[in-house]
Amino acid sequence: MSYLPYCVAAWLFVIGLYGVVTSRHLVHLIVCLSVVQSSTYLLLLSIGFRDLPAQAPIFSDVPPGTPAVDPVVHALTLTDIVVSATVSALLLALVMDVQRRRGSVDPETLSPFRE
Amino acid sequence: MNSFNTLQLVVFGLVGLAGTAVVLTRNPKRQIFVAGVYGLFQTVLFYLLHSPDVALSELAVTTVGLPILVLLTLARLEKVK
Amino acid sequence: MRPRHRHLLFLVAGAGVLGYLVWGMLDLSPFGRYPGPYGDIVNAVAFSERHVLNVVTAVIFDYRGFDTLGEEFILFACVTGVSLLLRHEGDEQGDRCSPKPRRESSLEQAIAPHASEASRSCAALYCGLILVFGVYIVLTGHLSVGGGFQGGVILASAWLLVLVAFGSPALHRFARKYAVEWFESAGAGAYVLIGLASLLFGQNFLTNILPLGEPGQLLSSGTILLINCGVGIEVSSGFILLLCEFGKPLQHQKPVR
Repeated sequence: MSYLPYCVAAWLFVIGLYGVVTSRHLVHLIVCLSVVQSSTYLLLLSIGFRDLPAQAPIFSDVPPGTPAVDPVVHALTLTDIVVSATVSALLLALVMDVQRRRGSVDPETLSPFRE
Repeated sequence: MNSFNTLQLVVFGLVGLAGTAVVLTRNPKRQIFVAGVYGLFQTVLFYLLHSPDVALSELAVTTVGLPILVLLTLARLEKVK
Repeated sequence: MRPRHRHLLFLVAGAGVLGYLVWGMLDLSPFGRYPGPYGDIVNAVAFSERHVLNVVTAVIFDYRGFDTLGEEFILFACVTGVSLLLRHEGDEQGDRCSPKPRRESSLEQAIAPHASEASRSCAALYCGLILVFGVYIVLTGHLSVGGGFQGGVILASAWLLVLVAFGSPALHRFARKYAVEWFESAGAGAYVLIGLASLLFGQNFLTNILPLGEPGQLLSSGTILLINCGVGIEVSSGFILLLCEFGKPLQHQKPVR
């Protein structure tokens, strides 16, 4: 039971991949890709977590010696979130381009071996 | 079970369920709202994992940034079709 | 291969991947027992070395500042890529955001078709509050929860409110393309220039060379505050550019074959 967060992260990864593989609309695919990326946030933050009495690594109102959780994984996750959002934006622009060029946003009909 | 409190356990389960719901919602217009709810659950989870910075960033991005971009894309895709 | 067979094949492979991942993760330390020394060392020295109260901000902009520089450029490149991909959308003049109001465009109808007076008044009221809140979050990144990224997205959401409540002509009036592009480049360039400035003093790239000040004051922690503001400007301008690109009016669109 103390490995539940890691299992939830692995489950989100695989279910997001399932969504990517079986998608019928490119925008649905992009949102499933963001689910895959969010599994990594969960994994990172679960690795750096420490039980009470550890608290957030922000010492505004407590003296700087109190036990805290790991701040490095917070930094990695922040970077991850921003990169995920902007890459999703780039992919959405690509979807608009695909619609303009091929007339369809269904991955099943957009195979390069057709037409 | 001694590393959890019950709230964290419940929110972990909710995040897993919400992620599955996001994938299983096939219509993109509905999916983006489910994704917004998924982002909210993640924000609560990140707060419970003692990471308020990450929670604030996730809230701003997933409930504000991503839905507006997806909805604008869907609007353009409908007009062009 | 038919789609159904492909999906069945993925179910088998996905189950394998899931099992493999869980098997690998069982070797991690149990949840809640973080063992590693790196996080504890940073927590112990960040206050005394950098006079900063938010250790995560110190890690992002100082201890791992080079990674954040790379991430800034990822953001910059993505916004550039979106601008390039969508350069043919919009009106006939190319990708200039035209300041004239366009009454015949159909995308504004999609975005703000019947925006009522109530939503417009609320949006006008909240824009100012959001801007103030965003600036506060950016500036106090090193003191409490906050930082350049969070504050930048919050700042950009004020422009998002303008887009949703008033339509894209109003957004184009409040976000001239050349000005927003200038701010974005200035934010990204400021990060690099601050890093290069420490080379002039004989230190490594991105060393904290400014006086550190009193911990808890607004003007403290040296270059962390400056980089924070630069990143806030860049992230907000990047998102406003994304909104400009995605919210362009749609006219005479014909598919390219």
